[in-house]
Amino acid sequence: MEHLGYLFAAYSIIFAVIFLYVMFIWRRQTALDAELRTLEARMAALNERSAASPSEPRTDI
Amino acid sequence: MNNSAIRNWLGYSTLALMLAALFMVFDYVPPEAEQGIAQLIFYFHVPLAWVAFASFGIVAIAGVFYLWLGDQLWDDLGYAAAETGMVFCTLMIVAGSIWAKPIWGTWWTWDSRLTTTFILWLMYGGYLMLRASAEDTPQVARFGAVLGIVAALDVPIVIASVRLWRTIHPAVLVTKNGGHGLEDPRMVATLLVCLAAFTALWAWLLMLRFSQLRTRTRMSALSMKIAFANAAASDSK
Repeated sequence: MEHLGYLFAAYSIIFAVIFLYVMFIWRRQTALDAELRTLEARMAALNERSAASPSEPRTDI
Repeated sequence: MNNSAIRNWLGYSTLALMLAALFMVFDYVPPEAEQGIAQLIFYFHVPLAWVAFASFGIVAIAGVFYLWLGDQLWDDLGYAAAETGMVFCTLMIVAGSIWAKPIWGTWWTWDSRLTTTFILWLMYGGYLMLRASAEDTPQVARFGAVLGIVAALDVPIVIASVRLWRTIHPAVLVTKNGGHGLEDPRMVATLLVCLAAFTALWAWLLMLRFSQLRTRTRMSALSMKIAFANAAASDSK
């Protein structure tokens, strides 16, 4: 079992980096979801304002 | 089948194929007679190279379409492919280096294949630095597309380097005398399963990142529209 350490190191690093990349994608997704909620809140506020005064533009997006 | 269902299906396929690949590498395939157990790194090193090169090929194709059509979709695809390609290219270099230490007696040597691969890594590193450090403008996207296309020209040079120049890097898949260097059919089967596992993993990660970038693009457009509507509402008061 000579060189077992090298084999273990190679496979461990590969799976660790792939795991970190998946985590990175996951965190980006969480940030995107938060941004989406902010946008939805801004849209809702804008639509409320336009409902209160019909002269204002609506954002039916 | 919608995008989300395809992504889930790819995720489960990746998991199943990766488990099969690990079983074959550690329990099924015999190690090569001369190199011993260190040769088992080869079964992940080659698929990592394949998915890295496929990613960079997609960056180049997406770059051509972006320059031609100017559609943001192609820029998002190119960016996602460059990012996933860089992850796999880095892992390919690291795995190769770990294999080289017990077999060649050194972590790194300026061999033609290693050097051309390092140049490829540097060029796509430059691409990602450009994209990360600058605003997402059409001009930056055009620079990125050109850089992505130019960098991809190095891929065939990397592949051909073992035949073009004198090198110590083994030519296993297509040897200098033709044919492949995998003498046992179990080695071929293991390599094919590992290639399938990494192709599924790559497709899954690429789809995830691409759909994220598409969402970000749509949200930026939406944000602009809301800002515009807000400005119009303020003006009308």
